[in-house]
Parts: sequence; C-alpha cells; structure tokens
Amino acid sequence: MRFLQRYPRFLELVYGASIILLRPMRPLMKPGGRIEWLFVRTERLTKGPMFDCRMCGQCVLHSTGMTCPQTCPKNLRNGPCGGVRANGNCEVIEDMPCVWVEAWERSQRMPKYGPGILNILPPLDRRLEMTSAWVNDFSGRSDKVPVGWEE
Amino acid sequence: MKSASRLESVLRSGRIAVTAELNTPDSADPASVYDRALVLASVCDAINATDAAGANVHMSSMGVCALLTRAGYEPVMQMSCRDRNRIAMQGDLLGAAAMGVKNVLCLTGDGVQTGDQPEAKPVFDLDSVTLLRTARTLRDKGMFLSGRELEEPPKLFLGAAANPFVPPYDFRPLRLKKKIEAGADFIQTQYCFDVPRMKEYMKAVRDMGLHERVYMLVGVGPLRSARAAEWMRANLPGVVIPDAVIARLEGVPKGRGNQAREGKKICIEIIQEVLEIKGVHGVHVMAFRQEELVAEIIEDSGLLARRVDTPAKRPE
Repeated sequence: MRFLQRYPRFLELVYGASIILLRPMRPLMKPGGRIEWLFVRTERLTKGPMFDCRMCGQCVLHSTGMTCPQTCPKNLRNGPCGGVRANGNCEVIEDMPCVWVEAWERSQRMPKYGPGILNILPPLDRRLEMTSAWVNDFSGRSDKVPVGWEE
Repeated sequence: MKSASRLESVLRSGRIAVTAELNTPDSADPASVYDRALVLASVCDAINATDAAGANVHMSSMGVCALLTRAGYEPVMQMSCRDRNRIAMQGDLLGAAAMGVKNVLCLTGDGVQTGDQPEAKPVFDLDSVTLLRTARTLRDKGMFLSGRELEEPPKLFLGAAANPFVPPYDFRPLRLKKKIEAGADFIQTQYCFDVPRMKEYMKAVRDMGLHERVYMLVGVGPLRSARAAEWMRANLPGVVIPDAVIARLEGVPKGRGNQAREGKKICIEIIQEVLEIKGVHGVHVMAFRQEELVAEIIEDSGLLARRVDTPAKRPE
C-alpha cells in the first residue's frame, strides 16, 4: 500500500474527510478504553502498510508530506539532517531515499496541510508510543507540550 | 550580549570570526588536548570540540571543554543528540556552563551506523531543532523543559550547523530559518568546496532576511590529496567535493607534497571567496588530525590582518 504515498493530494483529502467523519465520535474517544483499543488496531492495519507507521501516537503525517518522520533512522521531526547523499538518499541506509527529501517534495503537492512542514514540532512524548494518535488528537492528550516548551 | 562569549563579542563588533576544530583525542592524557589547542589558539577566536564525530568514540566534548576552559581557552562545545536523552543533555548544558563553556553547537549527530560501533543504540530523543529550543529555554526562561526553575541559568551563545550542499536544496534555507526560530545565534556550515552553491544558498538566506538574524561561519578545510578527497566524499556524511576540485588536485605535477600544497591553496582561495559573500561573518576551519595545517592556512590567508582592516558588515 506504500504506492498511495505517491498521491499526497489524495491522502490530504482523505485526512480532511476523516476529521469530519470522526468528529461526532469525539465524546467517545477517551484514552484507555475499548474504543482506543479499536483505534490502535485500525491505525496499525491502515497506517502500518501505507506509511510504515511506527505508532509514536503523535501523528504528524499531514504536516510532513504524508511521510512518516519516525522512519528516518534519526527520527528527525524538524527537517533533513546534513548527511543526505547527493542522489537524495539517506546517510545511514544507503539505498533508501531520504525521508525528508520525499516529505518536502510531497508537501509541495498538498495545498492545505503542506505548509505545516515549516512548523517546529515539539519533542515526542515517549509515553504515547503504541497509543492511538486519533484518540490522542481528539482528546487533547497529544496537545500537551512540556511547560518549558510553550512560547 | 546573551553570553560572556568572546566569539559572540567578536561577531557583534562586526569583526570576521575564525573558529577551528580540535580533533578530540583517543587518550586520557590532558596533554593530548593541550598540544592541539596550543597550535589553534593563536589563530582563532574559539575552538570547536567535536562530540564523537562520525559516531566514532573519542574523548568526550565535555571532557575536552573542561580541560580547555581550565587553561583559559574558549571552546565551542559540540553537542549531538545521538548519544544522550533530554535529561542528560539539559544537565550537561548546566555543567558545561558552570565550567566556563560559553558556546554550544547543537547538532543532531551522525548516525551510529557510520561509526566504529554501529551496534550501539541510537538515542535521538531530541533533534537539533528541539535541542536548540531546549537550550534557549534554559538560558532565556531560566527553567528546564519541564518548567522547573533554575537557580542560575546558563549564559550560552547557541550555535547550529547547516549544510547547503546536499538535497533538498530549496528546503535548506527554510531549515535554517527553523533553527534560527528555535534559538540559533550562530551557524557553522559543513565543508564548503562548492562556492557557487554557497552563493546561491546565501542569496536565498538574504532574501528571507535571515542573514540579519544569525551569524554565518562557513566551514572550510584543506584537502591533502586527490585520494584523500575521494575518501572524504565517499565516507564522511554530507561532505560534497565537486569533480573539478579533485581534477585540479590530480592535475598538479607529480612530486611529494605538491597535491597537499595545491589543496591548501584551494582552501585559502575558498576562504577569500566566501568572505566576499554578503551575510557571511567568518569561517570555521576543519582539518582531520592536522591542527598545524589549520594554523598555517589561517595565517597564509591573510585573515588575521584582514579582520582588523575590513570588518564584515554587522547585522542589526
């Protein structure tokens, strides 16, 4: 299902539609319950094959060109490192295209969420690994940043 | 002044700054640090202490900086996110500042796979951008990331790296902007062997007005031979050496030391060219295990005289 990543504009529309469809379920989307378990399962089954999702629980695909930053060997969430090869491949894994080269190129084809690639993302909350990003998003659990991080 | 850093005062006063890289030794003898520092100290404003560069183990940048500050040198402590999590790094920022470190270069770091112990666990709890903002939080808000207050904040001049020479080229200036927004006061770039690319990058930087918000030091260094250049571009992540440069080295008449002399000449020419670019405030000289050569290059380039005669245009 990785081929879908070649259509970032389409994925952006799917993401936008998902927000609208899930919004009525918001009151049910609480961390820790059966509903979350269901979401974790579904996310693993969909985002796994599509994006090689690593279940960080703080999904930012829409602001990283529908390319999962956790698949970067250095887990970079704020842009490419200085080791990218001249052919656009990863410094660490020689035959893999740099995650951020792809993220940047795809974000250019996403009129709505694409510019989000310019935002500075906070450090990951490691406690949210293996939880549902949708539930975290709707319940506000992933909006919390460390006190010192707030502007 | 955000710190009591000599590097910061040189840059603020509009003089051309020179920093040089000290290769951290594989030794527990302080003399191995001092021998190298002595060579560099008279020709630069600050000495960079690398943090397990290329993911190869050497004396820690913390240790080197402790020795350097003790002897009155001014180090730039390089700090990479590869080996420590946010708890260790915030503690090290305080410890370094307490020892007299005034400049910190915040890096993501090379992947462990590129080094001599590829089986190690890569940490990358933070990345260079979040590390910068964390360091700025400590300095400007006087608190840890958690919000817990500091008795005395670390007064640090914060640096970051930039590599204009690798893809995605059009994203690079925007990445620089992120680093500035996260807290970078100065930038040290990767080795520059491609001056036209550097000029193009700086044009984008100026168009975004970034050259007025950050001090840019361009990374330069000598090539010992065409073979060494080939090795560097094949093995050092992010180092780009155009074919024309290698051809020029190969083109010199055969003879011992001829290629090295040409390599030095190329380096001096690059220094002179990049300093002409608007928005460049200095150079960062690196040479793998050749501190003497760094000193020679800085002396021969006329940098030392020039920084007094023609100050670089100051920002603000």
